[in-house]
Amino acid sequence: MPSIRKPLIPLAPHATNALGLTVRDYEGTMSTLCAGCGHDSITAAIVQTFFELDTPPEQIAKLSGIGCSSKTPTYFVSGAHGFNSVHGRMPPIVTGANAANRSNIYIGISGDGDSLSIGTGHLVHAIRKNVNMVYIIENNGVYGLTKGQFSPTADVGSTTKRGVPNDVPPIDPVELALSLGASFVARSFSGDKRQLIPILKAAVEHHGFALIDVISPCIQFNNHQGSTKSYKYMREHELNEIDSVFLRSSAQITAELPADSKVSVTMHDGSVLMFRTLPEHYDPRDRNAAMNYIYQAKASGEIPTGLLYIDRELSDIHDLNQTVDEPLINLPLEKLCPGNSALVKFQESFR
Amino acid sequence: MKPTDINNPDFFHSVVDCQWACPAHTNVPEYIRLIAQGRYDDAYMVNRASNVFPGILGRTCDRPCEPACRRERVDGTPVAICRLKRVAADLKGDVSERLPKAPEVANGKRVACVGAGPASLTVANDLLPLGYEVVIFESSLKPGGLMRTNIPSFRLPEEVLDSEIESIVGMGAEMRYGSEITSMKQLLKEGYDALFVGSGAPRGKDLQLQGRRDGGEDRIHIGIDWLQSVAFEHTTEIGKRVLVIGVGNTAMDCCRTARRLGGKDVKIMARRPREYFKASPWELEDAEEEGIEIVVNHSPKRFVIEDGQLVAMEFEIVKWDEGATHSEVLETITIPCDDVILAIGQENAFTWIERDCGIEFGKWDMPVVDEITMESTLPGVYFGGDAAFGPKNIIWAVAHGHEAAISMHNHCQGIPVSDRPPVGMNLVSQKMGLIEWSYHNDYNPSARQQMTHVDLTKRFEDLSLEVELGFSAEQTAREVERCLNCDVEPVFRTQLCIECDACVDICPVQCLTITEDRDDEMDLRRFLTAPAVNLDEPLYISSKLAQTGRIMIKDENICVHCGLCAERCPTAAWNMEKFVLQLSYAGNSNNKGK
Repeated sequence: MPSIRKPLIPLAPHATNALGLTVRDYEGTMSTLCAGCGHDSITAAIVQTFFELDTPPEQIAKLSGIGCSSKTPTYFVSGAHGFNSVHGRMPPIVTGANAANRSNIYIGISGDGDSLSIGTGHLVHAIRKNVNMVYIIENNGVYGLTKGQFSPTADVGSTTKRGVPNDVPPIDPVELALSLGASFVARSFSGDKRQLIPILKAAVEHHGFALIDVISPCIQFNNHQGSTKSYKYMREHELNEIDSVFLRSSAQITAELPADSKVSVTMHDGSVLMFRTLPEHYDPRDRNAAMNYIYQAKASGEIPTGLLYIDRELSDIHDLNQTVDEPLINLPLEKLCPGNSALVKFQESFR
Repeated sequence: MKPTDINNPDFFHSVVDCQWACPAHTNVPEYIRLIAQGRYDDAYMVNRASNVFPGILGRTCDRPCEPACRRERVDGTPVAICRLKRVAADLKGDVSERLPKAPEVANGKRVACVGAGPASLTVANDLLPLGYEVVIFESSLKPGGLMRTNIPSFRLPEEVLDSEIESIVGMGAEMRYGSEITSMKQLLKEGYDALFVGSGAPRGKDLQLQGRRDGGEDRIHIGIDWLQSVAFEHTTEIGKRVLVIGVGNTAMDCCRTARRLGGKDVKIMARRPREYFKASPWELEDAEEEGIEIVVNHSPKRFVIEDGQLVAMEFEIVKWDEGATHSEVLETITIPCDDVILAIGQENAFTWIERDCGIEFGKWDMPVVDEITMESTLPGVYFGGDAAFGPKNIIWAVAHGHEAAISMHNHCQGIPVSDRPPVGMNLVSQKMGLIEWSYHNDYNPSARQQMTHVDLTKRFEDLSLEVELGFSAEQTAREVERCLNCDVEPVFRTQLCIECDACVDICPVQCLTITEDRDDEMDLRRFLTAPAVNLDEPLYISSKLAQTGRIMIKDENICVHCGLCAERCPTAAWNMEKFVLQLSYAGNSNNKGK
């Protein structure tokens, strides 16, 4: 009987993480996306990320809207909480969930249509409120489920599979997020897990809204000559100047770095990192510089990838609203709902 | 790195671990699939094409295939290949129409074989259909060699032996029973076009200790001679207390036979610890199940003879160092016994080959034989089986027979014997449609099926009662699904790959990697998705990929051939293709019997 179930093979030396789980424990059900879809690679990167971060599956909440991208939460971490919302409405659902239980790790998966057509309004407000979540846009430039019409991220001049060029200017989610004051903005490519996994780890650990725009080729409708979101085009135009390495927060290590030179530093896990002075035009903590860098790269036809901007100081939704530290579920009922007398007393305070 | 040369049949062949390990290169996965489909006749014929004696080997083979089986690396126990072979042989219908036949007109060449064991019979099997006249000289009165005399009938029923031998002899071999060859010179004079020596290693080693010649000779037996005498019913009983000296499969056969002839207290006496035994683990288990005691670290010292009677044997209890190379004697112990059977090995005996007849002898007084052509230093004279390189086993004898037959055919037809017919391969896509493969690609987690044995009490009533009952239909159905179909192999076409990572992501055993090319394999292995623990299995390395110049690597160690890489590949760069090794036999008839 033919099968497309990914079998569990009891191979002896399967690596386990600090929780004693194997990478297979972070998988979901078998993908029903097209063979070769970039989204499946992103799924694999997410699986690897949570495995390596030793994240308890039950601490993860995975949410999505509608579209090929929004099917993918099914394909990772079966043991996580999940919510598949109405088209484009994933950000408000996360906002609500996050307000109720701030201890979970929220990962929202969306697509270029879900986020930048029908759901744009929700996306921009989630960024504005700095909802503590990882927001992944699986960006392929087309509506795959409806057979390849251009989406809002399709570049001017890129063509459909049948050769018709697009002439409506695109929305760039990275530029959008930067202009809205997002605290973590990154771009990556589904075909480059070496970059994507460290960015995902940083996003999970980031306190605030972390947007990752992942170019994810649509194998069926946007992987032809003339596409600007194909595997080939990305490999020819990806600009990845800064290697991404994720290090867990740990005791500080200091090293002297003479201007314009390199130094090797041994990390806590024994690995050795080579530090180099940053290129002059690049500082991921400087919003203006980041924007300039992106515009310049774009002008020369390149697609800059990597962790493009990060602000670790920005207040998140809970800080802004001065919410209670405990997740609501952990509050005793009398605190959560103190009763009519408390309400009356509260209202009196406004008189 | 140099890309793997997949045009050389050896690479894909080496991935089919069982077939690669089998001296006769039996197409194991193919016949297991045929058994799964209930096509027992076809399964039998696939077997017969390469190993000639499926029914016999399905019970007695030394199974070099099973330790090699990939399943062992996956869940710790190999597929029960040998016993599945027996299923095909037991359940087949009448295949007589499909067996090779001698042509009506002979080709005018006469060849002779010395000994009617598996090696000579294989030569006859290959040469008779080509029109050769084959004369087989056999010193005893029945064919089969050690298969008949040395393997007790409770392991190999006589009917099975007779019917498989008859399928060869029945083609028209001229059998000269009871005619022992005593002179090679004489035989050479008889004018055969080619000679094959398959006379085995017929001499059991003796143990020259104090007391060996002091009167107890009638109760001290040489293992293989004693087994032969039991097989021909000259010996029908033995004393109650029996000591068997030796740690090989013959020793196990001796002690189990002794149990059936009246031995109540039968012991295997071994000098070294159990891990150094030559016997297959399953034969040890079978012996122990029958109440045979295995005594280790006992080194034989002398036979104790009183009044011209064997009464006991004296042993030194020894302690071995690590690696069991040196020992020290702890104490001496006397174990009373009625009989001693010596099963400490066999030797070749070529007393009948004159050393000046042109056949050169080398180390250990063994003939110098070419390992590929099986030719001796005298053109036209070939050796095979235990006679060629010392005691091995049946499946090696068959492999030698096939090669010798090719040489003899070449020799008779004026073709240089070094001119071996080519080994070919065929790759056939197994894709039937979306999520549809021609084979069971799903991994089946069943455990290895246990063989059912006849009750212990019944076993000792009849010497010829076969102990193993064979797999039931249900067991067969479960066991065939354990086979990983290693011959249905992922084949990579570099130029089609778009580096989407789909195969790497889906692989359930993480055996695929796309990475930068490196010069050194050990260096490269560090960058594998799951660096292999087992370095013996090769890496399948592609040429440089079009988009990034990286390379695709497949670690052959743990691939379970589930086909998911090919299923998830959008461009069919990975495809599951059935590898068929096209072996050649004498007369270059590929896939004989199919």
